[in-house]
Parts: sequence; C-alpha cells; structure tokens
Amino acid sequence: MTSNPITPSIPSNSPGMRMLRQILRNRSAQFGGLLLLMLIVVSFAAPLLTSFDPNKNAPSQALQPPGMEHLMGTDNLGRDTLTRFLYGGQLSLRIGLSGIFIGALIGIALGLISGYFGGWLDSFLSWFNDVLMAFPDILLALAIIAILGPGINNAMLAIGISFIPSFMRLTRSSVLALREMTYIEAARALGSSDSRILVRHILPNSIRTLLVLLTLGIGSSILAGAALNFLGLGAEPPTAEWGAMLNAGMKYVRNAWWLTFFPGFGIFLAVLSINLIGDAVSDAVAGTTIMREGK
Amino acid sequence: MFNYLIRRLFTSILVLFGISVLVFSVIHLVPGDVTTAILGRQNVNAEKVAALREQLGLNDPILVQYGRYISNALRGDLGASIRTKQPVSEAIAEQLPGTFTLAISALIVALSFGAILGLLAALRHGSWVDTLVMGLSVSGLSIPTFWMGLLLILFFSVRLKLFPSISNGSSFADLFLPALTLGLPEAAVVARMVRASMLDVLNKEYITTARAKGLPKYMVILKHALRNALIPVVTFLGLQMAYLLGGATIVETMFARQGIGRLAVQSIFSRDYPMVQGVVLVTAAIYVLINTLTDITYGFLNPKIRLQ
Repeated sequence: MTSNPITPSIPSNSPGMRMLRQILRNRSAQFGGLLLLMLIVVSFAAPLLTSFDPNKNAPSQALQPPGMEHLMGTDNLGRDTLTRFLYGGQLSLRIGLSGIFIGALIGIALGLISGYFGGWLDSFLSWFNDVLMAFPDILLALAIIAILGPGINNAMLAIGISFIPSFMRLTRSSVLALREMTYIEAARALGSSDSRILVRHILPNSIRTLLVLLTLGIGSSILAGAALNFLGLGAEPPTAEWGAMLNAGMKYVRNAWWLTFFPGFGIFLAVLSINLIGDAVSDAVAGTTIMREGK
Repeated sequence: MFNYLIRRLFTSILVLFGISVLVFSVIHLVPGDVTTAILGRQNVNAEKVAALREQLGLNDPILVQYGRYISNALRGDLGASIRTKQPVSEAIAEQLPGTFTLAISALIVALSFGAILGLLAALRHGSWVDTLVMGLSVSGLSIPTFWMGLLLILFFSVRLKLFPSISNGSSFADLFLPALTLGLPEAAVVARMVRASMLDVLNKEYITTARAKGLPKYMVILKHALRNALIPVVTFLGLQMAYLLGGATIVETMFARQGIGRLAVQSIFSRDYPMVQGVVLVTAAIYVLINTLTDITYGFLNPKIRLQ
C-alpha cells in the first residue's frame, strides 16, 4: 500500500525525528521516563490503589510507623500516609505542570511579539522582563502571593508568572536570529500575515531550544510549587500535597520520620525523573544543532 | 570602558525604577479593598478604615503616592509595619546580617564541595568516579531544599545529636545545618561547572607545556589547570550569592532563623504590606547591585563584553 503523495509526512531522518530517536535511546531518559510514568500512574490511580480516605481522621491510629496495614505509616490524625502521598502527588504534579504551562504560554507569546515587531514595544517588554528577572529565586512568587493571597490557584499563577521572564528572553533571542532569514523574507513577500509568519514559521523553528527550558522547567516548577506549599502559602489543610505534608510533618520529625521522608522522596523522584529527561533533551538539541550547522 | 560603565549603570537605574513601580503597586493590586484585606472582614468599621487609609497615604492621587514612596525610599524610609509599628528599614537592617551570614556560609559550602567533586570527576573523566559525581550532581539539583534540610536534621540532629535543629546564632554549630541545606544543591551546579571547565582547560596547550617542562602532576593541576578553570565559576558564584539571598527564605523558615526571607513570609501571613514591600524592594535592589558589579568587573576583565 502506497502513501498518499499529497499528504505531507514527517521524514524519518528529519531533525525532529533524529532528536526523538536520540532521546529515546538515552539510558537516563529511559529511566527518567519510566519513573515519571510510574509516579503519574500511581498518583492518578490512587482511588484504585487504596481504600483509605486521604482526609478522614482516625485518632486511634495516630502516628503508626510503616507496617503491613499502613505501608507508609499514619500521621498525627491517624490518616494513611500512603493514601495522602498518592493524592498529594496528583496535586503536586498538577501545580508544577500548570505553573510551567502558564509561564511558557505567556512568556513565548511576549517573546514572539517583542522579538518580531521590535521598536518601542520590544524596548518596553525587554525592560519589563529585566525588571521581573531582578527578583531572585522564589521572591517574585512570594510577592505575587502577597498580592493575591495564599491558595492553590494563586500558587500556580505565581509560579507561572515567575517563569515568564526565562521563556520570554529565550523566545525573543530566537526570534531575533530567525526573523532575518531568507525563508521569512520569502513568506513576507508571498503576502503572509505577521501572525501566520510567527505561528507557522518562527515558532516551529524556535521550539527545539524552548523544549530544553520547558522540560527542565517542569522540574523547577514542581520544586517551586512544593516550596510554596511547604511555606504554607498553597494548599489549605486538610488537602494533601507533598510540600504541605512535609510542613505538617516537621513538628513530628523527632518521633515520626515517615511523615517527612515519603513526601520529600516523592518530590525528589518527580524532579529527578524530569531532570534526567531534560538532560537527554538538552544533549539531543545540541546534537541536532551541530549536525544542522554541519560542524 | 567609560561608555560601557555608563550604559550598564543606566540599564540598572531603569531596572531599579521598574522594581520600585512594581513594589509600589503591590498594595494597589490587591483584589478588593486593601484595608479590608489588612483588617479582616470582621474588624472593618469606617473609623478604622479611614485611619488605615490615612496611615498608608491612600487618599492622595496615585502619582503623588508614588512620588512620596520613592522619595522616602531614597532617604531610607520604607514606612512602618502595620502590625508592630516598627520602621520597616529598621526591621530589615536587623534581619539582613543573619541572611548575609547564611548566604556566605552556603556559598563556602557550594564552592568547597563543588570544586572538589568537579575536580575529581574531570581528572577521572569517563570512569566510575565521574559517573558517581554526575549522578550526585543531578540528584543534588532534584532534591527540594526543605527535604534536604529535614534529612540533615534527622541524621545530624535527631540521630547523632551533634547540631541543633533550631538555631539562630552565627557560630559554626548554629550555621552547620542551615548552610549545608542551602549550599549543597548549589554545590551540584558548581561541580558540573568545574568539571566542564577543567575538561576544557586540561586540553589547552599551556597544560601540555607545563607537563612537558616536567612539573609534578599536582602542580600542573592545582597551579595551572584549576586556577584557570575556576575563573568562570567565581563569576557565576557572584550571581549565586544574590540568588541565595532569595533561596534563604525556606532555610530561615525551616530552622527558625532570623532573616529577611522569614520576615517576608511572616509579613505575607499577617498581611503587613509595607513590610512585604520593603523586603522585596531591598532584596531585588541588592540583586541588581550585585549583578551590576559582576558585569562591570567582567567588563574590566574581558574587553569582548564591553564591545557587545
């Protein structure tokens, strides 16, 4: 059976496919991918894996160490830590992913506009970006929480906004390099609108560099989300979330190690798996760039 | 060089202006009425609201408010805390030394652990030592600071009973766990940088010349290779110092240490907006100052930067 010659297909030796093959062949990425998949599956299959209610108190069962009945022990209110770990994972992953999604969406859009149109708009947006970048680490997220008030949605938004500068800066520099290319001039000469050039020509060619930031950013976003929750600025009790569970368990660190160990281990595994994939993506992007440039 | 200096200082002033506008806006961006947010819904009455609006200067036009805010800030007056009535600049001045001490200690941890591990990995490139160091490095980057702190507390404080889990002083014992907590993830980054930089330097011709002259191996590594390999790392550490000031928030909260990070979190909970504004403004200004100084120093050392 022959394929339809009119339908465009991705050639198997295109840079994108080469990159994907390289990532899939990378041992660290395979391990990271498997680990992440496992965490996602067990977190979202929580209702099938455990019969306990994550928020139901059972004072008679308080502070039980890990055992056959409660594999990760129980907390001070007698709640099963494994159940809270699984449900908490859902929320931690969701906060991390939403945060990076918000940051990437706004940052890429602003970077495209700033780099492509140039002029006073570029100067203004670049200045605004420099201002946002002047807030070190978690400080920008804290300032946004100070305005909006604590809460899960506000934490997601705060993390998202704090990721805007990195995405905007990277997209802008990529657009500046691409907008003078002959094929962009050709598209312009053929009458393509600015939005079409940005979305159909410039964005797809910037994706490879953005992919590295996006992958590694998911890990940072999960860490930032857990940090805000640890500081008590995200999920409200009794909602289970890894960072919030760690915070609650700190009071019992001397006699109930399991309350802080397991949620922290969950965050560590999630971020590690993403960093392993991110490193492979970074290597693959560098590899395909070198091949493209014929070095 | 003079043109570069002026250009760089002008950019920093523009950024500082932007920061001041953003920080000033905090109080105006609060959804609903800021006085209700501060007083709480139960405590709202017309008299209290009027007094608070007067205290915060909210009755004037916005440009007048900003003008007053910025001229006061330039004279070191950042307003007064709503909760404690203490001048904000005084509270920050009290807390800042604690944060600086912690950040510098963490920097020492990051540089010493990172340089040793990075050096070992580069010298044993491709061996199991290299794999182990790189594995430790990626793990270090993935460990949440607060979990690292808790593991250190469990081991050094609960099990070995060597160091306190709550510490506010600046003695070695008081700083040991907080500095390790903040510094070890940074050591992971430094190890990666030192390894890459060493691998690059070890292939240079002057290293081959040094070897050919018959210098002992340790001398070639320490005097010629490591010294040059650390140049980019030291520049990076300048920026990390500023970064650690922000990162200290979690460590200070965890170990109940005095510092501006903990002050910021406490002020957010108590809706003490002048204090939040002051802490954010001062931290961001320090960050810009360190960045500017690093850039200028780098411009002195590297003429290519000046011409960009």
